[in-house]
Amino acid sequence: MTVTSGRSALAVTAVRKAYGDHVVLDGIDLDIPTGSVFALLGPNGAGKTTLVQILSTLIRADAGEMRVAGHDVVREPDAVRAAIGVTGQFSAVDNFLTGEENLLLMADLLRLPRPQRRRRVAELLRRFDLVGAARNPAATYSGGMRRRLDLAMTLVGRPRVIFLDEPTTGLDPRSRRTMWEIIRELVANDGVTIFLTTQYLEEADQLANRIAVLHRGRLVAQGTAAELKRQVGGGHITLRFADARGYHHAARTLDVVSRDDEARTLRIASQGDVRSVRELLDRLDRAQLTVDELQVRAPDLDDVFFALTGNPVTEQEQAR
Amino acid sequence: MTTASSRISTAFADSATMLRRQLRHVVRYPTLILTAAGVPVIFLLLFVYVLGGALGLGLGGPLAGRAAYVNYVVPGIILMTVATAAQGTAISVALDMTEGIVARFRTMAIARISVLTGHVLGSLIQTMFSITVVTGVALLVGFEPTADLGDWLAVAGVLVLITFAVTWLCVALAMLAKTVATASNLPMPLMVLPMIGSGLVPTDSMPTWLRWFADYQPFTPFIETLRGLLTGGTPTGDSAVLAIGWCAVIALGSYLWARKLYNRERPTARN
Repeated sequence: MTVTSGRSALAVTAVRKAYGDHVVLDGIDLDIPTGSVFALLGPNGAGKTTLVQILSTLIRADAGEMRVAGHDVVREPDAVRAAIGVTGQFSAVDNFLTGEENLLLMADLLRLPRPQRRRRVAELLRRFDLVGAARNPAATYSGGMRRRLDLAMTLVGRPRVIFLDEPTTGLDPRSRRTMWEIIRELVANDGVTIFLTTQYLEEADQLANRIAVLHRGRLVAQGTAAELKRQVGGGHITLRFADARGYHHAARTLDVVSRDDEARTLRIASQGDVRSVRELLDRLDRAQLTVDELQVRAPDLDDVFFALTGNPVTEQEQAR
Repeated sequence: MTTASSRISTAFADSATMLRRQLRHVVRYPTLILTAAGVPVIFLLLFVYVLGGALGLGLGGPLAGRAAYVNYVVPGIILMTVATAAQGTAISVALDMTEGIVARFRTMAIARISVLTGHVLGSLIQTMFSITVVTGVALLVGFEPTADLGDWLAVAGVLVLITFAVTWLCVALAMLAKTVATASNLPMPLMVLPMIGSGLVPTDSMPTWLRWFADYQPFTPFIETLRGLLTGGTPTGDSAVLAIGWCAVIALGSYLWARKLYNRERPTARN
C-alpha cells in the first residue's frame, strides 16, 4: 500500500508521444501532491486526452518516467489500474444495463467482498441522485445522469487517483454545476487526488488547486488559478462594428485577440475595468468608428492562450 | 505458483462476470438471438419444401425424395445456424468496441481478455439455443435421426467445439473491422461455406475444381461428422478427427489473433 500523505500522487518527467511526425506530447513534467485537484487546461487537440490515456495505461508513451499512486505506469500497469479511476469524455457506461447493474458490474469486476457489493452500489446510487432511475437502462438517461453514473462507476472501487477527462463537456450549465459540487465533495470527503482536463478556464478556476496550460504538446504555464489569471489579465472586450470600414480600421489599430470578419466582431484584450473601457471608447470616438455592440467578458481559454503564447487558438478547433 | 493460479482464477471470475453481462444484454434485447434462430429456420423450410423435392431425387438410392433430403440437409442447416449466430457475435463485439465501457475495462485491473471470453461464452449459449430451435423445427418437418443417446451427446460436444472455434474467429474478425458494418460483412464467407461443401448436396455432384475445394474445407468434415452421428449416413471416423483438428486450429489461432488485436493500442479519434 502506498498511502502517500505528503507524497506525490502523480509524478511524471519528460513524457513524449508522437504519432509518426506528429508530436502530441513534447516533454511533459508534472508533480501532483496527494489530495489535490490538478487541472490540465487546453483546447481540443492539445494532447490532453493522450496524456490521460498514457497515465491511465491505455497507451504507451514513447519516452518519460511516470509514477501514478506510487507505481510505475510502464512496469506495473496492473498496480496502477488498481489505484486509479477514469471517467473519460465519452460515456463509459453499458447502455443495455440499468444504472444499478452497471454499478454491480463494477463491484463484481473489482471483486469487492460479496456482502459489501449491494451496499456500496446502493450508497453510490443515493449519493449521485440515481435511486429513482436505478432500474432503468442507462440508454434512457439524460446527459447529466449518464455522467453521474459514469463517475459513480469510477468510484465503486474507491480509487485513490481519479482522472476526469473533460467531465462537463457537453453538459448543460445546471448539470455542470452539479458535477462541480460532486468533484469538490470527492476531494473534501474521500481525500482522493484528481487529475482533471478541461477547455474551460472557469472550470479549472472553480475546482483546481493548480492549473497547467497545455499548448501543442507543451506545458506553457503552470500555477494556481490566481497566478495564472495575473498573467492572463482581466478578460476581454468584444466589439461589433456597424460597417466594414470601421471594422478594418479598428482591426489594424487595436490590440486584437481574435476576429470574426463575417460578423465584423473583434475581441480586444482588456482588464475589463472602467478605466480601460473608457480608454477604449475614447480611442474609438477619436477615430470616429461606430460600434453596434460592446461586451465586457471574463477571461476564457482564448485569453489564456493569447496572453501566454501571443496567439489565439485559431488553428485549432475553437473552444466553446 | 500462486500468482499464476490467482491469475487464472481472476480470469475465470472476470469471464463469468462478463458472461452475466452478455446474458443480460440478450434477455433485454432478444432481437439478435431471434434472428440467429429465425434465419436458419427459414432456410430449412426453403430447402425442404421448395428445393427438397428436386434435390432429394438427385441423392439417388431407394428412398430418394423430399423425405430423404430432410435428413441430408439438416447438418448443413445446423452449421448455417452456427455461422449466423457467429455473425451476430461479430456485430455485437464490434458494437461493444465502439462503446466507452470497453475503454473503462481496459483501465481496470481485470483479466483483459475477459471482455472477449464473455462474448464467446454468451454466444456459445445462444448458439446452442438456436440449434435446439432449428433441430426442433427439423423434427417437425420430417427429420428422422437414428442417433442414440451417446450419439446425441457426441453431436452436442462436436457442436460446442465448432461453435467455440467459429465464434472466436468471428470475434477476431470483429476486432479487425474498423466499423460495425465491416464486422457484419467479414463473416459472410462462413455463411456460404456450408453450401460450398457437403451441406446441401453431395460434393461428387460438383465440377472437379469446386469439388476439390469442397472436400478440403473445414465445413465438410464438420457436416460429415454431424451427418454420421445423426443419421448414420456416413462413417464418422476420419471426418471426426479432421473436424476436431480444424476446430483446435481455428479456435487457437483465432483466440491468439483476437487477443493481439484487442491489446493493440487504439488512440481515440479526437486527439
